[in-house]
Amino acid sequence: MGYRKVAIVGAGITKFVRRAQETGPELSWQASKMALDSSGLKLKDVEMITLGTAPDAFDGVHMKGEYLLSGAGGNNKQYIRNFVGGGTGVFAPIHGWMHVASGACDVCMVICEEKMSSCHPAPQGAFLTIFDHTTEQPLKPTLIWIFALEMRRYMERYGLSSADIARVAVKNKKNAMGHPSAQVAGEYTVDDILNSEMLADPVHRLDISPAGDGAAAVILASEDVAKRLTDRPVWIDGVGWNLDTSYWATKDLYYPRYVEKAARMAYEMAGIKEPDKEIHIAEPYDPFDYKELHHMEGLMLCQRGEAARLTAEGYTARTGNLPVCPSGGALGVGNPIAATGLMKVIELFLQLRGEAGERQVPGKPRCGVAQAWGDLMQVGTVIVCRS
Amino acid sequence: MEINKVPCKGLTNDEFDQALKVSWQPELKYAWDNGIGIGKYLEALKEGKLLAAKCNCCGRLMLPARAFCELCWKPTDGYEPVKDTGVVNTFAICHVNFDASRLKDNEPRHLPAVIEIDGASKGQGIMHMLGNVKPEHVKIGMKVRAVWKPAIERTGSITDILYFEPVK
Repeated sequence: MGYRKVAIVGAGITKFVRRAQETGPELSWQASKMALDSSGLKLKDVEMITLGTAPDAFDGVHMKGEYLLSGAGGNNKQYIRNFVGGGTGVFAPIHGWMHVASGACDVCMVICEEKMSSCHPAPQGAFLTIFDHTTEQPLKPTLIWIFALEMRRYMERYGLSSADIARVAVKNKKNAMGHPSAQVAGEYTVDDILNSEMLADPVHRLDISPAGDGAAAVILASEDVAKRLTDRPVWIDGVGWNLDTSYWATKDLYYPRYVEKAARMAYEMAGIKEPDKEIHIAEPYDPFDYKELHHMEGLMLCQRGEAARLTAEGYTARTGNLPVCPSGGALGVGNPIAATGLMKVIELFLQLRGEAGERQVPGKPRCGVAQAWGDLMQVGTVIVCRS
Repeated sequence: MEINKVPCKGLTNDEFDQALKVSWQPELKYAWDNGIGIGKYLEALKEGKLLAAKCNCCGRLMLPARAFCELCWKPTDGYEPVKDTGVVNTFAICHVNFDASRLKDNEPRHLPAVIEIDGASKGQGIMHMLGNVKPEHVKIGMKVRAVWKPAIERTGSITDILYFEPVK
């Protein structure tokens, strides 16, 4: 289609923690230094940089792109910040892909940073300003409320129980026990999830990923450069993104059609016709446990309404036919928003190279999809990678 | 490469309390213009009506009212009041406030809902609150109607509707 091939050639990540001692620029520096070192490149070899980070209101810092510039290696380079809410973490490497695929540069560094803990008493309060200031904010809504609305609509449509949904949290928290960045990994039962505090019926506290601080980075390179650097590049073969109406209450919340549209764009670019058969591992965005199911359906990895049953049957376990969130996802590794999306892309990178250590899925996966989601439940961003 | 060891130091509450830090509590205020479409919507709320905008191209009667049709990409073709009744599309029983603080045991739960308004095009819902109903009695598909503030207290705000209650 006239695009140059783009590979991931290095990756770096910090721990995800509830409150980091490090500042945002320090977190960005830690992740990007690790990514550069792993690729064998120096900062002088990086021509362009794109940085993803979520709402400025978490940090109370305006112009966050400029604030993080020093830690992102952006001094005197073609540096830019990108942002599509919770979808940012997968959009950032898509944005980096544009830089390299277009021929604008051969090496692009992609960094995602989030420091949510600066906002007190809870970062949730900063979300009030994402709602329409005139028709919604006066009702004092929170994201937990509206995701509860979406979760109930999804459960009602397919007759799902809270236990059907909670199995996702159990699986992902356990998967995360092998992840060195994990904030909330552990062995939980479905009852543990259902007995946790009810925040907004049907959402329990353990149905939700925790807020956190952290950063992640990848190095993208053109084909010539990638082949000089490594004999195991991971190719970004498809990218897609789509935004649905921001009149969010006017679309039926049971199905994320914008995720499907983003996925169709990425699959067409990657030449994927039967995603449920051709994709070996998936890292859909799972800030809430029902979202993994919702997104599996939007990504067309299964029939609509079937994701919960497949989860119960072990189909999505690390050893199942289609491992879903083998990283441990947002529910297990944690959810410093933009960093989480990029963590998922890094998981594809490691899994497709066979370097995921104790998290490695069996069977030498060769094709994976990662996806993020956000804003007012209307942003979908999708990447397809192959080894 | 295998990623086994990753940087970043997490702080406990105690460590954070003892650490040197700077804090800021902004005292900023914002005032948002209502604009053309939403301005009409709010004027109608003050009169106790829900106002939709009509597009003759796609045929939609849209809520909230708006000055242009974002699908047909043209000005809307006028405004029409719709009913103040509707159907619960989905709802939640919320024990948390917007800042994640918890409601006290004796406070009523927040009952946000997506309500599809009667007379508007199919699927044209708005977010509002349910009231005058026990949480356990709320059902998807339930018919509800707006409970308005008394006319003298209305200010032209979405909160001129106190909540939606079940149609008995």
